[in-house]
Amino acid sequence: MNATIDLDVREGVDRETVETVQNMGSYKYGWDTEIEMDYAPKGLNEDIVRLISQKNDEPEWMLDWRLEAFRRWQTMTEPRWAMLNYPVIDYQDQYYYARPKSMEIKPRSLDEVDPKLLATYEKLGIPLKEQMILAGVEGAEDAPAEGRRVAVDAVFDSVSVGTTFKDELAKAGVIFCSISEAIREHPDLVKKYLGSVVPQSDNFFATLNSAVFSDGSFVYVPKGVKCPMELSTYFRINAENTGQFERTLIIADQGSYVSYLEGCTAPKRDTNQLHAAVVEIVILQDAEVKYSTVQNWFPGDENGKGGIYNFVTKRADCREARAKVMWTQVETGSAITWKYPSCILRGDESQGEFYSIAIANNWQQADTGTKMIHLGKNTRSRIVSKGISAGHAQNTYRGLVSMHPRATNSRNYTQCDSLLIGDKCGAHTVPYIEVKNTSSRVEHEATTSKVDDDQLFYCRSRGMDEEEAVALVVNGFCREVLQALPMEFAMEAQSLVAISLEGSVG
Amino acid sequence: MADTAIRTKDQTPTIEGMAEGMAKPAGALDARLAALNLPQQGGFSARARQDALGRLRAMGLPGPRDEYWRYTDPRGFNAPVPQALPIPHADETPLFDGLDKLTLVFVDGAFDEAASDDLALDGVEIATLAQADTVGSWAADLYGVLESAGQTPVKRPFAALNTAAARDGVLIRVTRTPSRPIHVVHRRGATDADAMWHHVIRVEQGAELTLLETGMSGARSNGVIEVDVARGGKFHHVASKRAVDPKVGISHVFARIASQAQFKSFTLSVNGTVMRNEAVIDIAGDDAVAHIAAAVLGDGEQAPFHHDDTVFITHGAERCESRQVFKKVLKNGATGVFQGKILVKPGAQKTDGYQISQALLLDERSQFLAKPELEIYADDVKCSHGSTTGAIDDEALFYLRSRGVPRERAIVFLVLSFLADALAEVEDEGLRDRIYERLDVWLTLNAVH
Repeated sequence: MNATIDLDVREGVDRETVETVQNMGSYKYGWDTEIEMDYAPKGLNEDIVRLISQKNDEPEWMLDWRLEAFRRWQTMTEPRWAMLNYPVIDYQDQYYYARPKSMEIKPRSLDEVDPKLLATYEKLGIPLKEQMILAGVEGAEDAPAEGRRVAVDAVFDSVSVGTTFKDELAKAGVIFCSISEAIREHPDLVKKYLGSVVPQSDNFFATLNSAVFSDGSFVYVPKGVKCPMELSTYFRINAENTGQFERTLIIADQGSYVSYLEGCTAPKRDTNQLHAAVVEIVILQDAEVKYSTVQNWFPGDENGKGGIYNFVTKRADCREARAKVMWTQVETGSAITWKYPSCILRGDESQGEFYSIAIANNWQQADTGTKMIHLGKNTRSRIVSKGISAGHAQNTYRGLVSMHPRATNSRNYTQCDSLLIGDKCGAHTVPYIEVKNTSSRVEHEATTSKVDDDQLFYCRSRGMDEEEAVALVVNGFCREVLQALPMEFAMEAQSLVAISLEGSVG
Repeated sequence: MADTAIRTKDQTPTIEGMAEGMAKPAGALDARLAALNLPQQGGFSARARQDALGRLRAMGLPGPRDEYWRYTDPRGFNAPVPQALPIPHADETPLFDGLDKLTLVFVDGAFDEAASDDLALDGVEIATLAQADTVGSWAADLYGVLESAGQTPVKRPFAALNTAAARDGVLIRVTRTPSRPIHVVHRRGATDADAMWHHVIRVEQGAELTLLETGMSGARSNGVIEVDVARGGKFHHVASKRAVDPKVGISHVFARIASQAQFKSFTLSVNGTVMRNEAVIDIAGDDAVAHIAAAVLGDGEQAPFHHDDTVFITHGAERCESRQVFKKVLKNGATGVFQGKILVKPGAQKTDGYQISQALLLDERSQFLAKPELEIYADDVKCSHGSTTGAIDDEALFYLRSRGVPRERAIVFLVLSFLADALAEVEDEGLRDRIYERLDVWLTLNAVH
């Protein structure tokens, strides 16, 4: 950490945080892989939708579903309500499908995958060989074998390159494969759940995704099964002028558990690239899903040139009693982030949690947050959001907490803190709070001093002064979030731990 | 992307998946204007009225999908004419009776000279808009000016409508602190009156004014106050709005506060079908202070109750303090809305912004809808906001009852203590005590069982 810092850091702001945030301005994953690609013709029309469906060997019903979405999309207008400022996107000036030539005939195993592709993931530190130890993670070799195993689905531009540990997961009954494979191999599950959380017509970007998604991951964890290892998908955009539209569908059947991790990077390019993903999670009775993301798309250079436009719809449906979901996100990349991982707390006593650290540097703009929709009785939700803005960046927390009349005795606690580094950036908070019953309690706070009183008391009773105690609790929170992240992200996590929210402005 | 200009997009829906756009009911504005009988010729305000009409035509009336009207249905304000309402019988002493003050009475927005005190007060120029419009006024530099500035970044069509159409109001210029407060009393006249009034107030350097406001006017009302507080000036506003009928009303306060000046406003609101109070406060000079507070009691038993406080505070200078304290007590299916925003402009360092919105829901059918926003472009500032919603604290109730306080009385205590932070914003202790007493009476009469 020896970046030169040429701004006055005001009192109370942790210097190490400033250095860490500034260092994050230099992007490590900006190289590209030279590889021969097949592209669909540029632009978007029904023929492109048909082509994507055909490339994935899809059944007729899937094509119909896509076409229905496409027709709907053509009637919709792009949302502009977010605090994001970007030029008009020409949806016809993009490629909607790009596949490495070597993937034309689907490799039967990872051994058959083009070494160049494997090398790409190796360089990113993503283990695509099952025996491989996670790259760059100190002490990983000493970790118990169980603890360090992560099954990976690697998505390269429009296609899944391969999925590891499939056989072992299958023994436990867990289905983990690309969504294109799931559509072919498990049509009943896909038909039943696809679009059941994020319908085709949900919003402009989700509808676009419904029409043109090319690949993504599919997870089904059967009744009562605790998934024997963490599952992860790594998304890499490589091709130029190409949008990535992936779709993830996770189903946790009754009493099951799965922890799912997602990472993403892209090369440095001068032009903006579009990424519009949809993640749907269905959680049935007593099941639990943890979904963690380190979003590290190319954020553009220090002058705001290039970078990914990231428009993502992520939603979990706690469909039955006592279902539980936890979203953890670390947002450091993308030129534009538009993302609101949400929880529908439909089942009685279901729980949703959202932990987010969003760091915007240089000219990045992030508009992100969550929606907690309480429909069931005795439902609980918790939102903790930390936003850091530096350079000329704009960072907005936008969230909804909704307590429906039926959601009696429910609770929400929300805490959002923002930190500005420098006087050219902005930090904004746009919470919506809708309480429609009396027995529920909703609390929204946005000050660092309002950390958990019990934790504070604990720290103070051990002789710390209030300020130290608050700092410890806040930093402790960051670490807690980061520790929940996959081993693949340990490198990023280790540098992020240095971040503190001291000096937050609320 | 390389754009550091302040961008605020308040005009469109904000939750993904919601439909877009601002529907403009075709012809609705024309119908609304046609029913108003706009002043044809005017004096000093003629130009401002023309401009306001232009603004209004450009922005249109709010539609059901207008983000700024997300929680309040604008139809009652959009309708060409209000629904006629019988004149209620006033059966209680006005809140500020017996206080030494100068009283100005407006009936459905028109000045009632006979019922008012003589307009003479040392250190203060007082005129009515209707009279002054023919002869000219210092207010020419302010009429519609703060309203117009307050249309960015969020559109406020009913304020523009008011500037264009209001025929009366009071113009107050304070050069020296007067010996007593000015009290504006609103009364109802006709059963179908569409009341509109527009006050312009200028507090000159170092002077101080307390403005009291009570009562209701019209079957529908639309009031605008433009307040310009010069360097070191102080403006206190204490208003009590109580409707005993299903009235529709909207009000806007546009304030501009110069350096070292102070603006403090407290509003007590009781009932009314659809009430919306907007405050747009521009803190323009260094070391200035702006506080705005409200205590709201809403009972939906006789008529649907809907009360909306919408506040937009802009910090454009250094070392300024702003405080928003909003408390709502809701029962019998009442709806409380709070939309509050603190905007800290680039360079407004050392800002201290605070905002709290809280609702006490006394039954299962009532609801509270809040959007407490921050938009910050300066790094050395302190801004916090909080919002809570919940029911009466059972433990506190138990505590009081175990000490022999009857349940109904205990609830009155708890409601009063819930409102205390908002009432604390009334600086004058005498006024504050009067409000407490009145609240106590109302709460006891409308006991929660």
